[in-house]
Amino acid sequence: MAASTETQVSGAQASAPPPPRRRRRWPLAPYLLSAPGLALCAVLLLVPLVMTFLLSLNSFSFYGGIQNVWQLGNYADIIADDYFHEVFLRTFRIAALVTLLCAVFGAPEAYILRRMKSPWRGLCLLIVLGPLLISVVSRTLGWALLFGSTGLVNQGLMGLGLIATPIEFMYTETGVVIALTHVLVPFMVLSVWASLQRLDPQVENAALSLGAGPLTVMRRVVLPQIVPGILSGSIIVFALAASAFATPAIIGGRRLKVAATLAYDEFLNTLNWPLGATVAVLLLIANIVIIVGCNRLVERRYKQVFE
Amino acid sequence: MKGEGDDGMAYLVLDQLTKRFGNWTAVDHASLTVEKGELISLLGPSGCGKTTTLQMIAGFLDADGGRVTLDGKDLLAKKPNERGLGIVFQSYALFPHMTAAENVAFGLEMRKINRADRERMVADALKLVGLEQYGDRHPRRMSGGQQQRVALARALVIKPSLLLLDEPLSNLDAKMREEMQIELRRIQRTVGTTMILVTHDQSEAMALSDRVVVMNKGRIQQVATPQDAYDRPANAFVANFLGRTNLLPGMVGAGAGGGTVITVADSVWPVAQEVPAGPGALAVRPEKIGFVDAGGLSGTVLARVFQGTQWLFEIETAAGRLMVIRQHDGSPLPAERERVMVGWRPQDMAVMPADPDTASGVREAA
Repeated sequence: MAASTETQVSGAQASAPPPPRRRRRWPLAPYLLSAPGLALCAVLLLVPLVMTFLLSLNSFSFYGGIQNVWQLGNYADIIADDYFHEVFLRTFRIAALVTLLCAVFGAPEAYILRRMKSPWRGLCLLIVLGPLLISVVSRTLGWALLFGSTGLVNQGLMGLGLIATPIEFMYTETGVVIALTHVLVPFMVLSVWASLQRLDPQVENAALSLGAGPLTVMRRVVLPQIVPGILSGSIIVFALAASAFATPAIIGGRRLKVAATLAYDEFLNTLNWPLGATVAVLLLIANIVIIVGCNRLVERRYKQVFE
Repeated sequence: MKGEGDDGMAYLVLDQLTKRFGNWTAVDHASLTVEKGELISLLGPSGCGKTTTLQMIAGFLDADGGRVTLDGKDLLAKKPNERGLGIVFQSYALFPHMTAAENVAFGLEMRKINRADRERMVADALKLVGLEQYGDRHPRRMSGGQQQRVALARALVIKPSLLLLDEPLSNLDAKMREEMQIELRRIQRTVGTTMILVTHDQSEAMALSDRVVVMNKGRIQQVATPQDAYDRPANAFVANFLGRTNLLPGMVGAGAGGGTVITVADSVWPVAQEVPAGPGALAVRPEKIGFVDAGGLSGTVLARVFQGTQWLFEIETAAGRLMVIRQHDGSPLPAERERVMVGWRPQDMAVMPADPDTASGVREAA
């Protein structure tokens, strides 16, 4: 399995050692040892998830509030309604684009960082990881200041006479994609960085000595070996981008809803909790299906690298 | 130095090759001539500049001075991927995502050789290294020795004008190393490629090479056949680095009969080499020293150790302690604490100017 999926489930698995060989009866120790971890997972993850799922089966009326009945009406509503299709499509379109951009920028960034000399490498790594050190709200508001119709980018471009009217970044998918890419690219860099650490530096020299040009070395020798890193980075970035809330909420606003902001609005504005829970559950399911599917696909293709 | 001067056969020529890292000179005006088809070893302790020299020939490091020509053409002007050299790395540097056959085929693909020829050449190369059934294995599923062979096949299949081997056997266990030494020698005889082997292991260099280049602190100390370097080391460093040796301080001067002599404590030895008068040193191998009745160096047996086929003596003399090895062939040998006199044939010793770094006495190779 890829590195990332390992890290995702390690909390539950790492604490369970293999049962001792000699013992005939059901060994208790491993279960006792993993009990605290399992309890933590259950209380903090499993219980809320199950409750959200149960909530999504309830129905809602404007005058009666949440009705304690069990039905699939909310799911039927969402599946039948074009508005929800649009929101979900937009969510995954944004997530896919952000993942692609993160891979396109992050992988070369990690490679260049690795080849840098000592003082510059630390400095540049700090700059790359910078977004993670800043609060998500202030970082996104910073982008809003840059992007606004009177923001720095538009003022600058208009001042140079390159554009006549301000480019619309705010409340557009472009804006959300740019801001999300900025936030999430460190995850890709770190993930690719980890796989570059396992790369024998002499391998590139070996390929050179066999007559390969620098581009061929990248394509035929380096890239195939860092695919696992790009893949695990992509899974992290995709999952975070698809479920991102703060950035789409500030840059996209009410006009450009994604699944996370939709669920938020259903909960807090419409007060239709069951519908919000349904959106959340569908988002989770779609996320899992897409990630597991992609993982399988790429894993099969690069089977030898994953061993 | 031997080996220079026969320019008619010069194939690879290093001329005053120099590399500096900051204030430190890793390779200091190294000059060397290699003949076609020769297997030559760069030998020395770590940090002596041997790997740096190899990296400059390969093109992975830029030289700060000097020239390298291969078959009369300037090698330093070419990019590393245009030099057409075969290189076997210490870590093997196989492509982990490709099978053994794909690894070997890579260089041929880069040369745009068509599929049919490529497959035939890959099969031949794998056969040469004895891995014909392992073509579709991935490196991760092969032993260190097998990976080593794949690396060798990958470097040889492109018919390189020169094969560079960077400590190729250092990652193998002792038994495997011996096997690969024989294998390497056989392959070199079969394909006749000119090879440069970098190693810190003197026995490996001696076993494999036509000539050894002993390096220390970035400078070439001696270029000679293994036997010559062993029997007639150019200086104290070479004498110490290649096997066990006794290094005795002495005084070089004119002898009574006219020739040059070196005086070591109470003994005088004729010197055949050109050595400047003044403080000098005499190197003689333990197995070349015998017990004599007169005309030698007198001392006392400190210890004698039986080692099966041979006896090992430690002898205290006025010039320092000596190590002597005698065959266990039944001839009478002195006992411990006995006064003895030791001697050797003048042609079995090497005389060199005194080296301030080297104290007298018995030394062993690192």
